[in-house]
Amino acid sequence: MSMLEQLNRYGGWPSNTPCPYDWDELIQEDRVHRLIYTDPQIFTAEMTHIFAGTWVYLAHESQIPNNNDYMTLRLGMRPIILTRDSDGELRALYNRCTHRGTTLCRFEKGSAKSFQCPYHGWTFRNNGKLSGVPWPDGYAGDFSDPKFNLAQVSRVASYRGFIFGTLNADAPSLVDWLGPIATPIDEWIDRHPGGKFRVCEANRLMYKGNWKLAYDNSADGYHVVFSHRSLLETENRLMAPNEKGMSYYKTKPDEQPMYVAYMGNGHHFKDKRPNLPKRVGGLWALESAHPGKEHYEEKFRAKYGARADEFLDLAGSEPVNINVFPNLSLLGNHIQVIEPLSVNETNTTWYGTAVVDDDNVLDGAVDDINALRMRTQEGFPNFGEVDDLSNFEEIQHGLEAIEDEWVYMHRGLGIPGRVKTHDNGVITAPATDEVFMREYIKEWKRLMKHPPNLHVRREP
Amino acid sequence: MSQPLTHDPHKTSHYISDELYRDVIAMFTDWQGDDRLVADPAERERFRMLIEKEARLLDQDNLEAWLSMFTPECVYWLPTTPNAGDPRREITISFDDRRRLEDRVYRLRTGYAWSQAPKSRTVRMVTNVEVFTTAEPGARMVRSNFLISEFRGSSTRWLNGWCGYRFVEQPGGPWLIQARQLNLIDCDQNLRNPSIVL
Repeated sequence: MSMLEQLNRYGGWPSNTPCPYDWDELIQEDRVHRLIYTDPQIFTAEMTHIFAGTWVYLAHESQIPNNNDYMTLRLGMRPIILTRDSDGELRALYNRCTHRGTTLCRFEKGSAKSFQCPYHGWTFRNNGKLSGVPWPDGYAGDFSDPKFNLAQVSRVASYRGFIFGTLNADAPSLVDWLGPIATPIDEWIDRHPGGKFRVCEANRLMYKGNWKLAYDNSADGYHVVFSHRSLLETENRLMAPNEKGMSYYKTKPDEQPMYVAYMGNGHHFKDKRPNLPKRVGGLWALESAHPGKEHYEEKFRAKYGARADEFLDLAGSEPVNINVFPNLSLLGNHIQVIEPLSVNETNTTWYGTAVVDDDNVLDGAVDDINALRMRTQEGFPNFGEVDDLSNFEEIQHGLEAIEDEWVYMHRGLGIPGRVKTHDNGVITAPATDEVFMREYIKEWKRLMKHPPNLHVRREP
Repeated sequence: MSQPLTHDPHKTSHYISDELYRDVIAMFTDWQGDDRLVADPAERERFRMLIEKEARLLDQDNLEAWLSMFTPECVYWLPTTPNAGDPRREITISFDDRRRLEDRVYRLRTGYAWSQAPKSRTVRMVTNVEVFTTAEPGARMVRSNFLISEFRGSSTRWLNGWCGYRFVEQPGGPWLIQARQLNLIDCDQNLRNPSIVL
């Protein structure tokens, strides 16, 4: 039995033994066991069951816009070269030479038609095919066997520019797997002229805590006024009370039109848009102080008149948290990627996005919109996220108390009429409800219970 | 940036404009040439003392006094790439104007900035101070290297890199920082808890 067959049969456990855990004991209706955040064995299994066993976000197409462009990243722990090959096909190549396992490409991004291993000079085309081996007459056989071509993620697909990969042959199509969460993703994309935007560097953060602590948080409306109290006070330092930023959380958030939703397949969504005035400029009206705010606002009003609010809204932060299990969140204008490093270390990278206006439908305003939009995006990572990450670290610390086993996520559970299930399977609840956590962790449990059908592919 | 103030930069951000971005990018482009290096020990000493004072104020958490080392219309820029890039088109770690710098200090003083509760303790070492002339007689560019030891939560870590400053001479007064560009050597990597003022 190959190691990969073993992984598929036994579910990714480090030893060749059945799973030692009773998942129904660890994941209960109202609470989860601390071990899912602290156990290195569970983390190792997640790297196959979740980060390979389901679709995982890799990157946005604007990061590799041209043929031969590449970037290096990881799928779970697997080192990957994500490239748009010479024929334009998106490929996620394993970044390890088939000869001795050496990291083939050591750069974070670039453009290359082929990759030559720095160790013994084996060379691979960017479709993964071995194209040359130094002094081949020293080998008894030839190199026509596909096993010498680079391993690749067996399924790579893009949804409107968002590139995902999975090794699981049994996973549904990307579109089917996204399901209802595709609707807010579409709305998020289509608020940009022509549906176009590009990734433009990132606020890159890390914390010493399990990756799920970030995903647990990403639709949590309960923490906002507490974890982000310093941000809310700062946003309103020069303003009247309860005016700017997320200050609408301050008074009875559950009675407001915003809501949280579970969207199926682990995805969840917090939609704050219903809290905003329904008019062009309603988004901008909520923005707190940002560098250049008054200058650009006055410039737009003087130069563009009635269109100024439309342009300012493009610089404003879209009030949604669109969370695609397990590692992608569209938060405001950011594309946030959760990258597990170990059971208790995680990168959260907040990629900025800029408006693209190739057809000049913005009447020459795109550069000014982006100059303002860059600064609005820097606010939350600097003044908000750092406090969340500290709280995640303190959860990880707290969970070292081994006899105190449980973590609760039962807010809203058992209150008649509070949680609603809709015809398309979407579940909605008031903004501070934890139903999204209870539901996504069921999907996590389903994936952890059933060994995925993992395959790599190689060029023939 | 040298026009008379028509707005209060503590309250509104009118000076962050295309012109300012162009000026700041130009300031930090091709400024470290040997032909502009100041050799005069007294002048070098002046800026070395200012940079050491800045380090002391930050280490002593005297952020209000630190703010007073900047011109009213100032910029504090932490790029996300080693070549700094264009802050109009790219996210930075931060690109603070006067108001946002004051926001930064205000947030740390609220008592609810959990990432700084308890506060970090820091010591900064600043070295390799070099002073460069500019096209304007009342402006100098200064480069220094830094190493920040930050103790928090039972462990100590190091943050390091180099800083570029533009100092401008005030009429009859001190030299103030008009723009400061702080370049962490790992500015393009994921950073744990970057919540102190660097």
